Amino acid sequence: MTMNNQGRPSRADNAALISTPTFTGNKALQIEELLSFEIGSISQTGVDIAASTGNVDRLGGLHRDDDIGLPGLSEPETMRHFVRLSQKNFAIDMGPFPLGSCTMKHNPRLNEKVARLSGFSDLHPLAPQAAVQGALELIDRLAFWLKELTGMPAVAMSPKAGAHGELCGMMAIKSALDARGEGDKRKRVLAPESAHGTNPATAVQCGFKVEAIPADATGRVDLSALKEKLGDDVAGIMVTNPNTCGLFERDIRAIADAVHDAGGYFYCDGANFNAIAGKVRPGDLGIDAMHINLHKTFSTPHGGGGPGSGPTVLSDALAPFAPVPYVVCENGIYGLVETRRAANAETAGVDSMGRMTAFHGQMGMFVRALAYMMSHGVDGVRQAAEDAVLNANYVLARLKSEMTPAFDGYCMHEALFDDRFLEGTGVETIDFAKAMIDEGYHPMTMYFPLVVHGAMLIEPTESESKRELDLFCDALLSLAKRAKAGEVEPFKAAPIYAPRRRLDETAAARKPVLRWRPEGDI
Amino acid sequence: MRYLPLNDSDRATMLKAVGAATIDDLFEDVPADALNACFDLPNHQGEMEIERALGAMAAKNRAAGDGPFFIGCGAYAHHVPATVDHIIQRSEFLTSYTPYQPEIAQGTLQYLFEFQTQIASLTGMDVANASMYDGSTACAEAALMARRLTKRRKLILSGGLHPHYAAVTRTNMELHDDNVVQAPIDAEGAEDLISMIDDETSCIIVQNPDVFGNLRDLAPIAAAAHEKGALLVAVVTEVVSLGAVKSPGEMGADIVVGEGQSVGNGLIYGGPYVGLFATRQKYIRQMPGRLCGETTDAEGKRGFVLTLSTREQHIRRDKATSNICTNSGLCTLAFTVHMTLLGETGLRRLAMLNHVTACKAADALGDIDGVEIVNKSWFNEFTLRLPKNASAVVDALVDDGVLAGVPGGRLWPDDQLAENLLIVAATERATDEDIKTIALKLREAL
Amino acid sequence: MSVKYTKDHEWVREEGGVYIVGISTHAAEQLGDVVFVELPEIGKSLSKGDDMAVVESVKAASDVYAPISGEVVEINQAIADEPAKVNEDAQGAAWFVKLKAKDASELDTLMDEAAYNEFVENE
Repeated sequence: MTMNNQGRPSRADNAALISTPTFTGNKALQIEELLSFEIGSISQTGVDIAASTGNVDRLGGLHRDDDIGLPGLSEPETMRHFVRLSQKNFAIDMGPFPLGSCTMKHNPRLNEKVARLSGFSDLHPLAPQAAVQGALELIDRLAFWLKELTGMPAVAMSPKAGAHGELCGMMAIKSALDARGEGDKRKRVLAPESAHGTNPATAVQCGFKVEAIPADATGRVDLSALKEKLGDDVAGIMVTNPNTCGLFERDIRAIADAVHDAGGYFYCDGANFNAIAGKVRPGDLGIDAMHINLHKTFSTPHGGGGPGSGPTVLSDALAPFAPVPYVVCENGIYGLVETRRAANAETAGVDSMGRMTAFHGQMGMFVRALAYMMSHGVDGVRQAAEDAVLNANYVLARLKSEMTPAFDGYCMHEALFDDRFLEGTGVETIDFAKAMIDEGYHPMTMYFPLVVHGAMLIEPTESESKRELDLFCDALLSLAKRAKAGEVEPFKAAPIYAPRRRLDETAAARKPVLRWRPEGDI
Repeated sequence: MRYLPLNDSDRATMLKAVGAATIDDLFEDVPADALNACFDLPNHQGEMEIERALGAMAAKNRAAGDGPFFIGCGAYAHHVPATVDHIIQRSEFLTSYTPYQPEIAQGTLQYLFEFQTQIASLTGMDVANASMYDGSTACAEAALMARRLTKRRKLILSGGLHPHYAAVTRTNMELHDDNVVQAPIDAEGAEDLISMIDDETSCIIVQNPDVFGNLRDLAPIAAAAHEKGALLVAVVTEVVSLGAVKSPGEMGADIVVGEGQSVGNGLIYGGPYVGLFATRQKYIRQMPGRLCGETTDAEGKRGFVLTLSTREQHIRRDKATSNICTNSGLCTLAFTVHMTLLGETGLRRLAMLNHVTACKAADALGDIDGVEIVNKSWFNEFTLRLPKNASAVVDALVDDGVLAGVPGGRLWPDDQLAENLLIVAATERATDEDIKTIALKLREAL
Repeated sequence: MSVKYTKDHEWVREEGGVYIVGISTHAAEQLGDVVFVELPEIGKSLSKGDDMAVVESVKAASDVYAPISGEVVEINQAIADEPAKVNEDAQGAAWFVKLKAKDASELDTLMDEAAYNEFVENE
């Protein structure tokens, strides 16, 4: 043979099985990264902009001459900084992200592509209307889809997020009551104890007082208790449907009738619309207003906490109070109604609630949502809702043997468990959730809704395959068994393999450090 | 359907496991006549068809990059480096959620901490939050915060405040029947706000540069407000200006709000944008919105968490400082990346380039017969008084491929004083050729 | 005199003619690590049941109510500076305010220690 001494050890069993701290603190692909403020310098920049020459100065003597304190990084340093940071995040694209009531579904990249067409991305909100006909057409088209899917006659497009949509709906109710001359009388808003915190916060922002509606033993609104609370001082109710326990309010029409009979309006929180989109039109159930989270139901990315988008559908009773601006169309030419006065002229003097935001709403999200809807089509939207509900029920059925469902029966798009199965183990909901991180999952929503002890709310969405769900369920079953077998330590220590161990939130809140400062600077 | 992993055989197996005969068994709580409604909507389509349909709509619009472009008034056409878009499209940022599980969200949390530091530094304030929906809603939130702090129910809006910001603020304050005093429009930037402040005033809201482009010395207004126990809320709609113009913090503002779109974010027909919110340390517990703070983990390593959450709706519910439940996460990231690329050096250069470009445009347009420049000072935006209705002129120039600015009639349709005003912005994207073209076309149109 | 308690977990105790008020050890335990305390201004006049102070942990915020009517004559700045003290000694050094009572007979409606303990047991 030809002699070749290039061989090197190639069997894994030659490697010693130890783990040891590294000099850098890095763990192979997990690379520690300082703040940009600690690695950059004031003189460094990652853009090529020449210093301006010439002696122009119309700044009126208001030059900035203090040190701003903003270090720059070159382009490669910037790229590396943010790529390293990105690798410390969990994301839908990496694995199941079963946060209940958050609808973490797949975000199609086609949506990103079309949103970046310069005709949308480089379009100014105050460009003359002749220059934005395609944008207005898109808003109008999306509005049509939303109205059709909800069975509602009107939609306000400008709300910037779900809570902003709630504000829009509740302001419409306030305006309608004012128009009826009952604004000063009807000050109470009723909302279930299981409601999202935004509901009471929104109602208060509109000047209402909030009262809780108790739940019945099945996790739904207690109809008779609701009826007792209704009266001529009630402005309306705020009910999430399907609710935050993952259940459809089976008395929904009776609820709507009772509220309407009492002279109030029905605000429906649409956070969980994904369960019924393409199957059920909320307009057929007697609601007066509902926001739609485009970032949940219609796949626009959550982006680490935003931006959202919350178009709000309105009934005939509330539509005239819609905020400006909105799109109108006459003879194929699109236009905008931009001021309260112009809107009031359109509605024969009914007073619009005014303006909720500077421009037209979240156009970037509109493009993505419409691309999603058109891709899925109404057949796909319906199938998505069915798959979302099926996936949640499959998880519920598979986990029942070891975990404790909070309520009996089928669920809608999310399965709610309480912490009874952990009783006496020493493991709490938070420990269970953190242990899921070590198994490679994002935890479910925990300790919400508040009506269930140690709540764990799992929303798998339609984006999970059966194979992925089976593995997920196997992992959770194994965790539940280990907890019951008395293995407390790994739960209390979890997460062990994440970029950080449990963080001290108490210290963060007691002495808030909300920004970086150079050493020695107070 | 390409977005759905389940196939029919999976569905059948799973239904069996669940114990349901049909999918509609799972919808048993829905009133029967409301289930499986009919819709007047098309069925699914492939990627190519969608690109074609939406491409056709996009093509009907005239983008800023399509020709000479001079529109501003709260949204500015700046160049965004290619790195920014690459980073915000990374899965780990794009498809993550609010960082409620900090151990696996340090990427988001750390950039939020960097963002908060950048905003505090830029505005000259102690602290900033993790962003709001946009500048206008941040402005309304500032008015609500001033109301909480001072327990007073009257606020004053400068006549140089963007009328959309004023309208949004009014919408929110009228919910509480507060007294909103609007100063008349003030194209020259010479209004006397100080005499309007009294012992009942919770805050006075002043924009700098104002909507007409004028630069304002806020220091005397701050001093007058503080003397009466009122707060000064400063609004910045063009954040690039802070690379050239004295910060609101240095001039004594108590709360600074603004629009961060100019850095890292496109025009996108008005949203999503990134609302900025900064204030003094002593007011942090009355701030709205998310805050990211530094802490350590169980091993003693530095890490970041969302903090002071007890201000927020998910804990305080009806007693929260605001109903807000989101920030502009990804837009915030775009801002942070772009600002990191710029650094102080790049930002100052970018700001001066804007100022120089605007000065060139002002010189070229001010030379036209009958055209008067209203401002004495500006950053990258100024106002012209034309000899005729500016809306008609702007519409005529669209046909020449020039997007000339915002006519007064668009923002103040009910005010004749504004009819002949044209607000013109010139950023680094405007070339000498663009300036020549707009000057030529404007001359022709008059 | 002995310590009296409200159903909202405030305690009150007379000392030298003023009434010292705080939250019970049980309430402090339920809250978890206290991270923030907001106290009223000295001189503020309160009716029984009015919002008197705020106490917060990382995940919860609670209003503290005036157990009796009166005027605030002193506040415990130490717990505002170091909220952790509330967890360490809720019924001692971590008192919240001292009140000048308007009507001391209001105390008669409150629970004594044994009644409060029983109330907590059954809650």
